[in-house]
Amino acid sequence: MRLAPAFRRFGMAPVSAQIITIAGTIICVGLIALAFFGENLVHYGPQQMVGEILLPPSSEHLMGTDMLGRDVFSRVISGTKWSVSVSFIAVSMSMLIGTYLGGFSGYFGGSLDRILMVGMDALYIFPSFVLAVLIAAVMGPGIGTSSLAVAIVMIPTFYRVIRSITLTIKESGFIEAERAIGASGRYIIANHIAPFYLSSLFVLISLGAAQAILITSGLGFLGLGIPPPNPEWGTDLAAGRMYIMDGMWWLTVFPGMMIFLAVLGFNLLSEGLDAVLNPQIRRL
Amino acid sequence: MVGDVATEEQIQAIRHDLGFDRPLYIQYLSYMYDLLHLNFGTSLNSRLPVIREIGAAFPTTIELTIFGLIFGVAIGLPLGVLAALKRGKVMDHFLRAFSLGCYSFPIYVTGILLQLAVSVRLGMLPVAGRIASTADIPKITGLYVLDSLLTLNFAVMFDALAHLVLPGMTMGIYLLPMISRISRAGMIEALTEDYIVTARAKGLAESTVVYRHAFRNALLPTITVIGMNFAGLLGGSMLTETVFSLPGLGRLMYRAISSRDFSMIQGIVVVYTLIVVAVNTIIDIGYRFLDPRVKY
Repeated sequence: MRLAPAFRRFGMAPVSAQIITIAGTIICVGLIALAFFGENLVHYGPQQMVGEILLPPSSEHLMGTDMLGRDVFSRVISGTKWSVSVSFIAVSMSMLIGTYLGGFSGYFGGSLDRILMVGMDALYIFPSFVLAVLIAAVMGPGIGTSSLAVAIVMIPTFYRVIRSITLTIKESGFIEAERAIGASGRYIIANHIAPFYLSSLFVLISLGAAQAILITSGLGFLGLGIPPPNPEWGTDLAAGRMYIMDGMWWLTVFPGMMIFLAVLGFNLLSEGLDAVLNPQIRRL
Repeated sequence: MVGDVATEEQIQAIRHDLGFDRPLYIQYLSYMYDLLHLNFGTSLNSRLPVIREIGAAFPTTIELTIFGLIFGVAIGLPLGVLAALKRGKVMDHFLRAFSLGCYSFPIYVTGILLQLAVSVRLGMLPVAGRIASTADIPKITGLYVLDSLLTLNFAVMFDALAHLVLPGMTMGIYLLPMISRISRAGMIEALTEDYIVTARAKGLAESTVVYRHAFRNALLPTITVIGMNFAGLLGGSMLTETVFSLPGLGRLMYRAISSRDFSMIQGIVVVYTLIVVAVNTIIDIGYRFLDPRVKY
């Protein structure tokens, strides 16, 4: 997909889709920027104890301080790095594996396809969050575990979409022509079918990123995510939960809203991209 | 299970007790045999029969799921229908944004925000738990609302209901986007059918056309999708039950997973599978009544 046609398609999309795409892009770019440069923006380290404990938000501490006297604003901003890196690792892993398997399985068919399909269905049918909890619990908390758990859970989604695209494209005349002049299956997939994956992959990647943030923070919330004292939204949310009865809302509201914002950003982006890039699918 | 200082004999004895020293296929067959006799084994953690612990946790999750579904359907379905009727208009876009917003709210965030806003700030509903005191609850089905209703104990019933509002809303908000999206699509599809044209041509009132002719057909896909996603509710109930400290299946599953209590994990998975199969079977049979075109 070259850039110019992509922009032209964007221009032709309905205004609502354009607004959604732009809003999603702004949030996502903002998040990624925070992940890279966030720690330069904050005055305190995320693990630094800076003053009295449980201070409400003020001009000194924009989001107050937590039970150990750490600045919540610094923790929320620094937490972006963890969530973004887990989703990046997880989505890349599941995309590579899912696309590779989906392409081969769809193109070659046969018993490999059938075995893979059964395996993927089994993975897919199992509630994804429960599966992630299972993986995380067996492997013990950590950034690698979170990424792996999220990646495994998301492989079937990539696999199924890529496989079904391959199945439809493979019947086209130009693929038959390629086969007739003796091109190998690998060559055909890589050079003639893979370009058709792109527009769906963009949608799946941002959908996957939203899913990844949801699951990562969910694992953190259950105490299976990135271990404290690292700043992670879900873990901080669970820690702050003890204080809501005393009305200390800033410990939970800010990490919670950050998770919401991140998930919303990627969901908006995927929804917008889907409408812009796949207009041929009749959207009801 | 035996700690780090156990001797080799102790370990072997426990392995033998639990049957881990037998070949895998024997273990599997004997598990299956026990399962057919409704014997789910004993929990490795509490040493209680798995089935009893599941039985104790089951009603909580059922209540939670039912209330979640009621909230989700009561809000999601009308929104979906409204969006379909106003398709392409400002209202439709607004509702789409709204459901995308709900979709982006993780359960644990929704739950905590509701607790903060409603229970702590407004002081209206209980923060967590199933009931204020378990002392005077009759034990019939384990569903507190139903039990107290059957015994006409209205004070307890209202208490149980009050405890269910927030968790139910949390689950409902989690389900709402899916329900409204599917019902919108189903409604739009139904509105393009020939029988709608016929109904309009007959001169029926628009409300009759929409509600009697289109809406009832739009219900079918919505119900199917709810059934298909029933398994996903386990993940949802795990988080909701954690937020609201409810002693349900999700919570039990979480505890079993974190203590590697796999006979319990297996038991819950089997039970959940049975629920999913049962729900989908009921929906399939229900089709016959909802849609006379379906014949078995």
